[in-house]
Amino acid sequence: MTTMTAPETPTSPMASEAAGSARPPRTKRRRRGPASDRPAWMGRPSVPVQALKALVIGFIVLVMLYPFVYIIAMSFASKDAQTSGFLPTSFSLDAYQAILAGDIVTRSLLISAFVTIVGTALSLTCTVMLAYGLSRTRQVPGSRAILLLVVFTMFFGAGIIPNYLLMKNLGLLNTLWSLILPGLISAFNMVVVRNFFMSIPASLIESARIDGASDFRILWKIVLPLSRPVLAVVGLFAAVGYWNSYFSALLYINDSSLWPVQVVLNQYVIQGSVLTDIIGSDVPTPPSQSVQMAVVVLATLPILIVYPFIQRHFTKGMLTGAIKG
Amino acid sequence: MTQLQTRSARSAARDRRREDAARRHRTPLGTRMRREWRMYALILPGLLFFLLFAYVPILGNVVAFQAFSPFLGIEGSPWVGFDNFVRIVSDPEVVRAVVNTIQIAVLQIVFSFPAPILLALLLNSLLSSRVKRVVQSIVYLPHFISWVIVISIWQQILGGAGPVAGLFESLGVDGVNIMSNPDTFKLLVTSQVIWKDIGWGTIIFFAAIAAIPQELYEAAAVDGAKPWRQTWHVTLPGLVPVISLLLVLTVGNVLTVGFEQLLLQQPIVGADAAQVIDTFVYFRGVVGGDWGISAAAGLIKGVIGTLLVLGANRLAKRMGTEGVL
Repeated sequence: MTTMTAPETPTSPMASEAAGSARPPRTKRRRRGPASDRPAWMGRPSVPVQALKALVIGFIVLVMLYPFVYIIAMSFASKDAQTSGFLPTSFSLDAYQAILAGDIVTRSLLISAFVTIVGTALSLTCTVMLAYGLSRTRQVPGSRAILLLVVFTMFFGAGIIPNYLLMKNLGLLNTLWSLILPGLISAFNMVVVRNFFMSIPASLIESARIDGASDFRILWKIVLPLSRPVLAVVGLFAAVGYWNSYFSALLYINDSSLWPVQVVLNQYVIQGSVLTDIIGSDVPTPPSQSVQMAVVVLATLPILIVYPFIQRHFTKGMLTGAIKG
Repeated sequence: MTQLQTRSARSAARDRRREDAARRHRTPLGTRMRREWRMYALILPGLLFFLLFAYVPILGNVVAFQAFSPFLGIEGSPWVGFDNFVRIVSDPEVVRAVVNTIQIAVLQIVFSFPAPILLALLLNSLLSSRVKRVVQSIVYLPHFISWVIVISIWQQILGGAGPVAGLFESLGVDGVNIMSNPDTFKLLVTSQVIWKDIGWGTIIFFAAIAAIPQELYEAAAVDGAKPWRQTWHVTLPGLVPVISLLLVLTVGNVLTVGFEQLLLQQPIVGADAAQVIDTFVYFRGVVGGDWGISAAAGLIKGVIGTLLVLGANRLAKRMGTEGVL
């Protein structure tokens, strides 16, 4: 049972964040009674219906969380662990030590981190510039046509072959730019940001303009500070997209020393290549399943860490942009 | 009422456009463009990006009409007219890929599409907002996990060495490997999509539910409507615009069924069950070197997809909802 607590730690920031923000109202609510969330006109819910809902929701939560708990537990399993049950019951760090002693996984994690950081920074910059540039289509001649040009790419993509040939002709095959450039601006994200910009009261921008501020200044001093929620969400989308991208690396990168972590993951976990390549040579050999799951955990960790911080912006940032579009 | 509002909004927009036109006549185009040079400067990087990485590849589709060879390039390769398209029609592998694509697409429209609607209704019927928030943050999570990781996790849980196979073994059924069974593969693919995106899909429905006026529920309750009748007569009609909008987008993407998801699992389950149009294009073109036929297949797919979006959009408009475009 002692091992049960260890696997849960990486998911706990999420749980504790949710619990932490909700704790004060709970005591208050209990004093008033459980009905305080219920409008006066609504009838008291019946017990069997409540029980059924609780059952269904409990099942959904279990199905969502159990796989994560299982792989985390499995990554900590030691050599003589009992792995056939619903959770392995032992604890060792052998798998992680073995992986971090080898260089393939560590290098791929660094490559993914580089692509994600550089890609997200560039992507946010270009998306914001384009979104602001296209936010006053009534005053800027030709910008409506450019907007249509961008939006059209949401409905018609060129396909794999022409994209591959383009990267080949640009000489970007087997470079990290081939992972960063093709997805630099997503038309959808651009529309989301643009709609958010346009929801900022025009009087605010107009008064700055009367005071003599240029568009650059307005964007930097007024629009961007007001747009933090939408930038957080679009930045998260871009970052997750870069971190998770698998196919562009498969397509554009042959040189295995430039593989990002998702490709390494496919190679050694899904396709089951021999694991001796990825573990260090001077460490005890852990069970292969826990090595595989430790790679999975390392590749998931950045997302689990960032997720709780940005989660609260989802609805606000996403919907102000998306619904109106 | 909403119709009246949109009509007055529309006439207001028309007035504004007339005013603009009047103003435009006063200032010459060149002056207006020079005055907005900063906006063009902001637009430029994004415009170049879309021209290079979206529109050049669209032109690159001309290889579909060539017997393309990478050594000769687009300029040097011989033109063959519609030969590649004729070869597609008579290729049994294409037929199989199209059949698989359509089967998976139908399963996804029948099962994956309504799943988030049901979950949103269920969560919305909960009275405790704390439970709602915790469940939401749990079910959103898998959306941010890459397909490589999702398949790794599923393989671990449902594969031959996982806890589910162990459960079947203890019941006396040996060798259960859900991941590599071609007969149930399409259902497996559908369940993976539901697991990954059911939570994420609820966001947009929550927003739509929140926009339904509370008075409608009050009125229904006063008329004696029980909760499930309120759901049927108030909530669902309130969701119809969003549902039809998303259905338009889903239908438009019908030929794009989880490319990475299927590409990753094809080695496990075999091409008979897992070959779809996109994977065919990749394997025949990039891996197999038959550029012409796979570019032609990709082009047909892109054109049909665009026509489907436009058709579904027109249908949605005819049925009285707003549509996307």
